[in-house]
Amino acid sequence: MAVTSTYRPQGDRINVGNIERWLSTAAGGALAAWALKRRDTPAGGIALGAAALLYRGATGHCHVYQALGVNHGDSRNVLRIADRNSDTRRQLGGERGIHVDESILVNRPIAEVYRFWRNFENLPRFMEHLDAVAVRDEGVSHWVATGPAGTRVEWDARIINEVENQVIGWQSLAGSRVSTAGSVNFDETGHGTSVRVHLQYNPPGGRLGAAVAWIFGEEPTQTVREDLRRFKRLLETGEIPTTEGQPSGRTSARGARGKAIRREWNVAQQRRAGGSR
Amino acid sequence: MKAVCWEGTNKVVVERVPDPTILNPRDAIVRVTSTAICGSDLHLLDGFIPTMQRGDILGHEFMGVVEDVGHSVRNLRRGDRVIVPFPIACGNCWFCEHQLYSCCDNSNPNAWMAEKFYGYSPAGLFGYSHMMGGYAGGQAQFARVPFADVGPFKVPESLRDEQVLFLTDIFPTGYMAAENCNITPGDTVAVWGGGPVGQFAIRSAFLLGAGRVIAIETVPERRRMAEAGGAETLDSMDPDVFERLRDMTGGIGPDSCIDAVGLEAHGPHLDYYYDKAKTMAFMATDRISALRQAIHCCRKGGTVSVPGVYGGFLDKFPFGAVVQKGLTIKSGQTHVHKYLPTLLRHIENGDIDPSFVVTHRVAIDDAAHMYKTFRDKEDGCIKVVMKPH
Repeated sequence: MAVTSTYRPQGDRINVGNIERWLSTAAGGALAAWALKRRDTPAGGIALGAAALLYRGATGHCHVYQALGVNHGDSRNVLRIADRNSDTRRQLGGERGIHVDESILVNRPIAEVYRFWRNFENLPRFMEHLDAVAVRDEGVSHWVATGPAGTRVEWDARIINEVENQVIGWQSLAGSRVSTAGSVNFDETGHGTSVRVHLQYNPPGGRLGAAVAWIFGEEPTQTVREDLRRFKRLLETGEIPTTEGQPSGRTSARGARGKAIRREWNVAQQRRAGGSR
Repeated sequence: MKAVCWEGTNKVVVERVPDPTILNPRDAIVRVTSTAICGSDLHLLDGFIPTMQRGDILGHEFMGVVEDVGHSVRNLRRGDRVIVPFPIACGNCWFCEHQLYSCCDNSNPNAWMAEKFYGYSPAGLFGYSHMMGGYAGGQAQFARVPFADVGPFKVPESLRDEQVLFLTDIFPTGYMAAENCNITPGDTVAVWGGGPVGQFAIRSAFLLGAGRVIAIETVPERRRMAEAGGAETLDSMDPDVFERLRDMTGGIGPDSCIDAVGLEAHGPHLDYYYDKAKTMAFMATDRISALRQAIHCCRKGGTVSVPGVYGGFLDKFPFGAVVQKGLTIKSGQTHVHKYLPTLLRHIENGDIDPSFVVTHRVAIDDAAHMYKTFRDKEDGCIKVVMKPH
């Protein structure tokens, strides 16, 4: 079912320029040499500073710059940390965030499959943790999901790409508390319509981030795959197969009434076994 | 209601459980009038099938009267008398459209589990482990039947329960096993195992034009039943089965071999004790001496058809013989739905009366005892039919 699955944690961020990195390395080296020569208490503090400069030079990442929201890095491979919460494309670009790529075959005509997905209000019917999607204006929708212990996670998204019976692409709006983007591609194959989903999200910090991480689980790929499986089953059969709510010996054993009947039953069995001997 | 529940290896108990209810629009509830213990249920009793849970309701051979239907079921109504195929099939997926009902893509709610074992998930089955869907089975007074517009098959009132009950599994399973042999008129077919599936395979092979059927079985009453069906018999505990089959076929070997034994085979040879030791030490999942012998005995270019159940990874599987003799191996859970009209016609025409296989008729309360009687082949037991009401 899966064509590819990728899971990429956040990469290192370079926020120090090249010349600055060289200067940091040189200054850190000189300070360290001087501190090693003196070997007294104030020199210990100097050595710590030297170590920070050496780290900054070697990795190109400065924690002070990050805290201040300053970025002097090379623009080609760097995201502007000061703009962190303003643009989905930047937040989810390159190696950032979590990427999931999954596909499934649906034995229904492509137009029907496309139409069902394009009506975002259908999505909560097969996406386990999605409660509701409300379409507001043309192309803009409001999404509500439930995290652990009923935490509500909400965001707004808009369609950024749409070709009928081929592709739908969306991203969360600038300023949204959750940044996410995705696309779904539809293709006709000999065995039905192939539906391929590419989903990205960047969990924010704090409790909200924990809720988003919980929603996608430890294996986001598996979570998305199960959602897609429900999508296929709903479209092909009109329902989602389940065993939830069926009887078993567990349901009876748990309740007090069940237990009593069971004990009585066992006694009856034993009596019968004893009688036949 | 009363239901037969699996409570652990070697422990089957009749318990009071809640009645089933409609959970999906395409469900039906069937009031069970007859239900049977299948040889494959014994693999559950013996703990060979993984992902069973305490309290699971057993049973996949059952029939009865429709009690209630979900709002999407249009072809059934309350009061219809139906048999229920053991694989659950949606009727809509690519596999169902190609009549590969036991490969249904949609009926297993725990498909992810089966995918870990098998790559892709087969259909959900009644009462046959959580990997196979975790559906409550039909050894109960009532059963919930999903995709009831596809599975349940109406049977005429003129036929008794025992004449049609085995359409749920063992008759089509024996028939598909024989069909998989691609029998041409006059062929010789060897059948390992004279249990119910073996018995139906023997009779199906004749229905499909076999000239001779040779059954390999050690239990005397099963050999007698095979002979009543027209087969010649050999004792499976005889160490010279290969030589005898070769001599009986003019030195060429049977055209096709059916393994209706499965993963708990017994045999007279050293390899049986090897398998037994390995499975007991959890170093192998299946005992395969019957399958090894079937492959060994088959003529060059012949077919080995395997209706017997295997679950996992087979040890010392003689694949060299398969390649060097150019054998075809065919297997699979039965696509029951596909065979029902044909087999019902055979029953109605009087070509076969499937009730021949029944040796024990009991109330469902005796299930625990009957599982052991059937497993240990005591009291001449070949097939048990239980009445839940």
